[in-house]
Amino acid sequence: MSISYSIQFINLLASLLLLIAFAMLSQRRILSLINLFAWQGLVLSLSTFVVAYSTGQHHLYYSAALTLLLKVLLLPWLLHRLMRKLNVRWDVETLINIPTTMLVGIGLVIFSFNLAAPISQLSESITRGLIGIALASVLLSLLMMLTRRKAIPQVVGFLAMENGLFFAATSATHGMPLVVELGIALDVLVATFIFGIFFFQIRETFDSLDISHMEKLKDD
Amino acid sequence: MDIAGILPLDVAGAVIVFWLMLGVLGLALQNKPKLITNLVFPVGAIASLLLAATGLWALSEAASYAVLPLGLPDLPFHLRLDPLSGFFLILLGGASFGVSIYSAGYFRTMQGNTLGLLCLEYHLFLAGMALVLVADDAYMFMVAWETMAVSSYFLVTTDHTIPDIRKAGFLYLLIAHVGAIAILLSFGVMQGGHGIGAYTFAALREAHLSVFWSSVAFLLALFGFGAKAGLLPLHVWLPEAHPAAPSPVSALMSGIMLKTAIYGILRVTFDLLGAQQWWWGVLALALGLLTAIYGVMFAAVQGDMKRLLAYSSIENIGLLLVGIGLAIIFHVYGKDALAALSLTAMLYHSLNHAFFKSLLFIGTGSILHATGERNMGRMGGLIRHMPWVALLMLVGVLSISGLPPFNGFVSEWLLLQAFLLSPGLPNNYINMLIPVAAGVIALAAALAAYVMVKFYGVIFLGQPRGEARAEPHDASIWERIGLGWLASGCVALGLAPVFVVHRLDLVTQMLVGRGLGNAASGWMFLAPVDTERASYGPVYFLLAVVGVMLVTVWVVHYFYHGRLRRGPAWDCGFPAQTSRMQDTAEGFGQPIRRIFEPFFRIERELPSPFDTHPRYHGRSEDRLWYVLYLPIRTITEKLSSWVSLLQHGRIHLYLTYTFVTLVVLLAFV
Amino acid sequence: MNTDQALGFLFQLYQSLLVVLLAPLLTGWVNQCRAWLQNRSGAGLLQPYRTLRKLFYKDAVIAENASPLFRITPYVLFACMWLAAAIIPVVAVDLPFSPAADVIALVGVFALARVFISLAAMDIGTAFGSMGARREMLVSFLAEPALLMVFFTASLISHSTQLPRIVEALAHHHFILYPSLAFAGLAFVIVLLAENARVPVDNPSTHLELTMIHEAMILEYSARHLALVEWASSLKLFAYISIGIALFFPYGIAEVGNWNALPLAVVALLVKLILAGAALALLETLLAKLRIFRAPEFLGTAFLLAVLGLLIHFLLGA
Repeated sequence: MSISYSIQFINLLASLLLLIAFAMLSQRRILSLINLFAWQGLVLSLSTFVVAYSTGQHHLYYSAALTLLLKVLLLPWLLHRLMRKLNVRWDVETLINIPTTMLVGIGLVIFSFNLAAPISQLSESITRGLIGIALASVLLSLLMMLTRRKAIPQVVGFLAMENGLFFAATSATHGMPLVVELGIALDVLVATFIFGIFFFQIRETFDSLDISHMEKLKDD
Repeated sequence: MDIAGILPLDVAGAVIVFWLMLGVLGLALQNKPKLITNLVFPVGAIASLLLAATGLWALSEAASYAVLPLGLPDLPFHLRLDPLSGFFLILLGGASFGVSIYSAGYFRTMQGNTLGLLCLEYHLFLAGMALVLVADDAYMFMVAWETMAVSSYFLVTTDHTIPDIRKAGFLYLLIAHVGAIAILLSFGVMQGGHGIGAYTFAALREAHLSVFWSSVAFLLALFGFGAKAGLLPLHVWLPEAHPAAPSPVSALMSGIMLKTAIYGILRVTFDLLGAQQWWWGVLALALGLLTAIYGVMFAAVQGDMKRLLAYSSIENIGLLLVGIGLAIIFHVYGKDALAALSLTAMLYHSLNHAFFKSLLFIGTGSILHATGERNMGRMGGLIRHMPWVALLMLVGVLSISGLPPFNGFVSEWLLLQAFLLSPGLPNNYINMLIPVAAGVIALAAALAAYVMVKFYGVIFLGQPRGEARAEPHDASIWERIGLGWLASGCVALGLAPVFVVHRLDLVTQMLVGRGLGNAASGWMFLAPVDTERASYGPVYFLLAVVGVMLVTVWVVHYFYHGRLRRGPAWDCGFPAQTSRMQDTAEGFGQPIRRIFEPFFRIERELPSPFDTHPRYHGRSEDRLWYVLYLPIRTITEKLSSWVSLLQHGRIHLYLTYTFVTLVVLLAFV
Repeated sequence: MNTDQALGFLFQLYQSLLVVLLAPLLTGWVNQCRAWLQNRSGAGLLQPYRTLRKLFYKDAVIAENASPLFRITPYVLFACMWLAAAIIPVVAVDLPFSPAADVIALVGVFALARVFISLAAMDIGTAFGSMGARREMLVSFLAEPALLMVFFTASLISHSTQLPRIVEALAHHHFILYPSLAFAGLAFVIVLLAENARVPVDNPSTHLELTMIHEAMILEYSARHLALVEWASSLKLFAYISIGIALFFPYGIAEVGNWNALPLAVVALLVKLILAGAALALLETLLAKLRIFRAPEFLGTAFLLAVLGLLIHFLLGA
């Protein structure tokens, strides 16, 4: 019974993950975008914790704690700080209007579930169908990066994409070795710092964070 | 049942011949227009009723056959009346009764010679449609199909003095013929070169085609019948031709003729072609959904009442095709009970659409006579001048919006049930398509309500906009009877679904080998599977609503008082009210235009601040017309200009062409 | 007719009377909560009843050109909403009338009422009336399919479109977490706010031309007509909250034939209503009114969420 409850719980968390991915897609404010990202981290950490508990794999506890620390506390804090420093509180500007983006998103969900269907059938783990959700949230984050005009939402999209990958790793295959996870976590952290430095540079150069200015960088 | 050796087909044939005779009689009576309207049309209407009864009779009979001593040497005309044809005969007879009775009043003001001609075309049109339904070989079918197309073309161009109407008629004729060629080719593919005798439907059924060729035949048939039905992207003629025709003709075309195309698709897919493929269903479903949304979206932005209804017909055709697609999918995967359910929903909806759309179209005829306007932007407040038409059209509007307890709701309910029962198909993509499709259907239905509130509200409610004629008059008695018949049909179909569904079982039995069977518990509750799963009792529903209303009225007036005063409209205390402050048709559709902006091609002229007579002008047009049709026209014109290089007007040259062709043919054949 | 059936009919009657009498109280409670949250003292729980009483005693004034449609609409509205509220199982699932109208028909009842009130709003031919009707239809053409999709999710889980059966399946079988219902729930909240003329879409407490939707439609009504319309709005809110309870918090609703559980079920219902009302007031206080053309986007989100819930059901099987 406890196993079946944990499956249900993971399923619920998985759909929350997807829900948050959609919420991010439809979000117009940078602040709420970062908060949503933190929530997504929390859901991820919870699901890792549940997988750890139900399968008895101890190293997953560590990765749950790591997720909590890094993605719920540290990264959102960094992003908040960045936002304050750069003073970018304005609304997110989208390239395509939001309902259309959402429709494309639904298409992506259908697509990724069908893509994942054969893989899920191979997997014998407790969580079939989750790979589809993980893939969908990766693609949705990518879509978000595609449709946003400003740099910070793009970074959030990048981080959210990593969340999706991480979810696929923990829930579907019961996690990667801890070393790999630590490595990825470090990578993400470093990437964020680098992005932060980039932002300052971009702004110094163009007086704006609108990445369409980067088009000027090419040779003429 | 066998009454003195007469078969249902004999009666149907007799009605068809009778209609032809009536048409000729109408032509002969040109000089006595009163006689035509008072006698010929009502008698034709009674024949309609007889045809409907025959159809009902044919449902429970074995198919009856006949071979006429006419036609080609090796291919005499074959006729057959089976439950599928029977059902569509009911539809034809039931709806055309109302329209013919109405016509008796409507055409009263018409000139004698035009009226005689119109009477001929009208009855020829009816006979053509009936013949399409009973034809049992490809040749007969095409003859009937063309009779229908040509007679309706002449009916559309009744007012041929107006250039726009001539243009609309030409477009209609063109697309009808492109479609007819596709149908002809489809029959050709189906018979697969087995000689001329193989063109009977019985032989076509036996021709075992490969998957490839039957798919080709299906696609051709879908194209051909789709052109007649107004399927996307072949729908462009519909919003042009329907408004051009006189209202009773629009009613026949929209209510009945479109259904003959649906009949054709059903006949070809479920009866003639054996090996069905799942992707046929998906194609039909997807096209249907697109057509439905497209139609209703355009209906929302129309300012002309008949164009609005024409677009709404496109939407309904889309819904019907969704039902067909769903049925094909279920049938292919062996879920025949579900296939029967979606077919039932779809057939029910065609019947409903025949009634409410005819009702609304002939209603617009009365409005047209009363106000001389087709533009809704110049109407308003007609409920106070035309209470009868307003009441009866309200029934139609509520029905077409899919509101309980009227008929539109029943078929929508059945269709949604088919979607709800569908999970568990072996194909993943289809499984996921289905919830999305259900969502789109729900959206289309909700938008249809939007459209109909606009239609009714702008025409009948509010204050008159602009300077209408002094006093619009209500419909004449004949017109009221016709409207009343169709409206009561809507109510009856809404309240007695169990009876109808039992009859439809006989049709689905023939098409997919299953009916809903013991679908209903008692005669009050409609339940597609069992009452635990889903049920709907319209009679109880109506009784409850009306009962509560009456009790409330009584309580309010008994315990309190019924005092009522009339004063000027309050409108939040706004002092200077004029009728120009109401929403126009364009205004009411503005949110839809704004939300779905990418779908429309919008032309707008805004007045500048310095205009002394500021005028706003906006048009929302069909993008497809510009993207698809105009390029085709340009290409065709270019090609034909090349061909015209051959034309010189010199006989010698033409003879040379003939000579060269002859030599080439002789050399190669 | 055996005892069980007789009890069932009695119970149906009881519930019908209960909802019609309780509905204004719920409205009063929501308003009171809102007042508290906004640091006002509020008019008291019974204010809606006082308003109704006052309105019923007044002389009705209608516009000179009002047609019979205008006069009949309040009654249609009231009957539809009462019917809707009476067939939703909130206390027990034995409702003999419920086979007459399943969830799809329930959506149909709401649509019927909406079409009538929109038509009545256009009847007088004032600027505000037709504006209100247009906006109402604008909001509803997205809210209605979303609601239908929410119902579909629930009925796919319970294999039935009958509300009592849905409640039975969700409440009385062993406890399962349904991710799809989470999506549906979120969509439903949005639909509830939109359909009941609540804050992000409409504001029930202003007569400001830029914001009003529902109020714009009923401007021309007075006295008993207005009372019925207001009462119908209360019933509609009650019906929607009952639907929410039945789909997402059905625990405590009495099973078939289990009449002993009834008192407890009534208490459970009251607690749920109090909580739901407070939550609604809180939500309304927290959210800001949307611009009218943001509303379709908001409702579109609800529609997409509901479709997503349905998809999730197909994908995860739960």
